[in-house]
Amino acid sequence: MSDRARLPLWEVFIRPRNGLAHRHVGSVHASDAEMALLASRDVYTRRGEGRSIWVAPATAIAASDPDHKAEMFDTADDKTYRQPTDYHVPEEVGDM
Amino acid sequence: MSDSALFQYVLGLADDQLVLGHRLSQWIGRAPILEEELALGNIALDLIGQSRSLYQYAGELEGAGRDEDTLAYHRDARGYLNLTLVEQANGDFAKTIARQLFYTAMAVPFWQAMTASKDQRLAGVAAKSEKEAAYHLRHATEWTARLGDGTEESHRRMQAAIYQLWEFTGELFEMNSAEAGMAEAGIVSDRLSLRDIWDRTVNAAMLEATLTRPADSWMAKGGRNGLHGEDLGHMLAEMQSLQRMHPGLSW
Repeated sequence: MSDRARLPLWEVFIRPRNGLAHRHVGSVHASDAEMALLASRDVYTRRGEGRSIWVAPATAIAASDPDHKAEMFDTADDKTYRQPTDYHVPEEVGDM
Repeated sequence: MSDSALFQYVLGLADDQLVLGHRLSQWIGRAPILEEELALGNIALDLIGQSRSLYQYAGELEGAGRDEDTLAYHRDARGYLNLTLVEQANGDFAKTIARQLFYTAMAVPFWQAMTASKDQRLAGVAAKSEKEAAYHLRHATEWTARLGDGTEESHRRMQAAIYQLWEFTGELFEMNSAEAGMAEAGIVSDRLSLRDIWDRTVNAAMLEATLTRPADSWMAKGGRNGLHGEDLGHMLAEMQSLQRMHPGLSW
């Protein structure tokens, strides 16, 4: 086994300079959380991208099953009334 | 104090950063994992950036028309004034980390003190370098702990690296009379005053890493006078080859 494969995988989330929420940016291999934070800093914030980093063990992320895509997501496709563009604003309302 | 003494001093400081930065850059393509390759590359770039500011200032102090490239690429090992610690070959990853630990444990308090320099240029470089060095130290201490307190093999290699490099740590706190005078005048950091902080940092790092601190014995010296080991000549030959073949070449 290579050195890299022996190290656990961590998912990396970064809060951008002007952003409010942390966003997933990628992953790193590291022996533990502290080293994962350092590695994330070096891999993902070299160009001033971030102000805060979260790391989480990749094994702690529960993911939806791609096989369930149809029942999970397709059912939203024909419900255009959930989109603001589905509504016509009468002219009498004027600027909203 | 003469400009010439300050020139020598700034040149030595610039050489420390360039030589260590170049050493770290030699890991590119060879680092144990991709993440560490980027980490070492980042640190190398920080150090080379610091050296550029210092070489520019040194060139102005000297006033002989030598710019940063001339100073970096057109001096032989005998003209380099860096500490012998930073020129030591990379060895295995443990040796590189030990070198980082010993150097940055000094660099952090050194730059902190230098931010108060009466020399505005040096204070400016120090303000930027202080933050960079703080990260370099964190990187080195975290790795020291994991290698020292890791597997049997990593412990053995880390301890061997500590013993191997120990003799180059005495020079970190050496000052010649010109430098002592500049320290007295508030222009440069007093290296003697860094010793206690360095001891505390290094002792704590070794304790956490279950490593043994070597007994103080013979210490290498001479780097500031241009007296170096064989390693530096080989490193410079490679680093300078392009500029020596095509002087003035630029990107």
